[in-house]
Amino acid sequence: MGSMWGRHSCLPLRKRRAHRNVCPTLNASTMVGMRRLKTLADNNTEQGSSLRRDAWRRLKRNRLAMAGLIVLVLVGAAVVVGPWMVSHSYETQDTALGAAAPSTANWLGTDPLGRDLLSRMLYGGRVSLLVGLAATAVSLLIGVLYGATSGYLGGRMDAVMMRLVDILYALPFTVFVIILMVFFGRNFLFLFLAIGAVEWLTMARIVRSQVLTLRHREFVEAAVVMGLPMWRILLFHIIPNTLGPVIIYATLTVPRVMLLEAFLSFLGLGVQPPMSSWGLLIKDGVDTMEEYPWLLLFPSIAFSMTLFALNALGDGLRDALDPRTSRD
Amino acid sequence: MIGFVLRRFLESIPVLLTVITVAFFLVRLAPGGPFDTEKRASPQVLKQLQAQYRLDQPLYRQYFDYLGGVLHGDFGPSFRKPGRTVSEWIALRFPVSLELGAYALLVALAAGMAAGLVAALRPNSALDHGTMSLAMLGICLPGFVLGPLLVLVFALWLGWLPVAGWSTPLHKILPSITLGAAYAAYIARLTRGGMLEVLAQDFIRTARAKGLSETRVVLRHALRGGVQPVVAFLGPAAAGLFTGSFVVETIFQVPGLGREFVESAFNRDYTMVIGSVLVYAVLVVALNLASDIALALLDPRVRAQ
Repeated sequence: MGSMWGRHSCLPLRKRRAHRNVCPTLNASTMVGMRRLKTLADNNTEQGSSLRRDAWRRLKRNRLAMAGLIVLVLVGAAVVVGPWMVSHSYETQDTALGAAAPSTANWLGTDPLGRDLLSRMLYGGRVSLLVGLAATAVSLLIGVLYGATSGYLGGRMDAVMMRLVDILYALPFTVFVIILMVFFGRNFLFLFLAIGAVEWLTMARIVRSQVLTLRHREFVEAAVVMGLPMWRILLFHIIPNTLGPVIIYATLTVPRVMLLEAFLSFLGLGVQPPMSSWGLLIKDGVDTMEEYPWLLLFPSIAFSMTLFALNALGDGLRDALDPRTSRD
Repeated sequence: MIGFVLRRFLESIPVLLTVITVAFFLVRLAPGGPFDTEKRASPQVLKQLQAQYRLDQPLYRQYFDYLGGVLHGDFGPSFRKPGRTVSEWIALRFPVSLELGAYALLVALAAGMAAGLVAALRPNSALDHGTMSLAMLGICLPGFVLGPLLVLVFALWLGWLPVAGWSTPLHKILPSITLGAAYAAYIARLTRGGMLEVLAQDFIRTARAKGLSETRVVLRHALRGGVQPVVAFLGPAAAGLFTGSFVVETIFQVPGLGREFVESAFNRDYTMVIGSVLVYAVLVVALNLASDIALALLDPRVRAQ
């Protein structure tokens, strides 16, 4: 719920240092060469171990994170192919039937307009996940570019840019998103643009702190000496080396964005009927929970389970990619 | 220390100014106005209304008039609820939100810190995994899911507590738990993490070596450092408690500022919207400042910066 899921809260309080495991003097292109060497080495009896393989091994040991991954794959597959598999459309009404309890015809029951809850949930899941991913992508784009530029330029420019982030941090953003949605129409595109624009701040901070440590490494100096333009250095040499923490934080941003979307839909400001989203379904479920509790229960379970899976996976990734902040 | 507080205080002025400015221009840039109601008023009436609320003035004049008013504690008249000024509405609604937020914070701190401590003292035990799974669950149950579920179980099925409203203490239980649960979960995780880190340090070993009792080691020596992440979290969290209360106040029909804000946004009641936004902004800034001061008191290294 916006700032309820405080921007600070998902971060461990100390700095992430996952990139230290990557040999810092290598840029992305020599890494490819290294990987080729590694494949050669794998054929010998001596087993080498890359950061990625180490991380994957650690992740596989984390049962909660693997459960999260499996749930996510299942939910993802369900919302992508599900709507074609079910026999009911998400908007076809059957007012004669009305709200029916779960049965063999409608596995999860129907809503007061006789629409099949299962297909509405599958469609709603599509919308919720899509908003989650798209808004995260927006926040990723803005945050990474802004943070990298700020950190790379340094000096006064950096101070000004980060001051701006500080000021934006202090704004009550949920309030502004509500104002935006109320006053500028409930456009679908606008919805995730608004959310994404709100969520980029922490990402910018993380990337900046990474870039600050990378900026004076030899491989960056080499790139400067070669006369590469700044955007090339940032895009191909610096940003690829910040990806570890960025991936972790992006995984944890998705559930927060989905929460915000559901929160807005719950207030009637997000996705508009007859489209459905999990937030909207929960809101409809609340209105009729006394008579038809299943309309509240099933969407709530689907939504919370997906959030749980995303958070578990995000935590697991953090532990796997950054053993220093590991839980044990 | 005084310098630190003073500097932080001065820094909050541009923040608040930004909030007023953005909110002011945002609501006015938007299409539609407060008097676009279902029954269209005649042009004369519309003109008179606009003159009365000084909407016919140039935008920059309105802005500076409003700023001047705010400096005197005057948030202007409500556009859609004549009879009371915005300040009066806020004085009426805000205490309710504050009360709800305070209960929720209490729930969050008590439950969260207790759970976090228990988990940190027996890391990787069944108790630890149990509490932390519960905390994870709490994070994934937002207010608009948890609230209705609690109502369904405790009000509709069991009939122990009222469904909605805000009169007797019994009415206040479910909203407070709904609002506080997610924060309790975060606080539990932060407490556990902070305590684990501190308990691994040398001065704790020293304290144990001195022969202090385990209670004393944990409560006097470790807790001071261990709660730092929680204190840092409390500022933004407390602010979130009040914004999170939009949903909770709607679900439980609590007559607080959160519900008022959402309603006035829907009604395009400009002055009510900006007034409530300002209240939230002041709250966020003040609470962040308070949590920074608390951190500085707990940790001398922060003061030195």
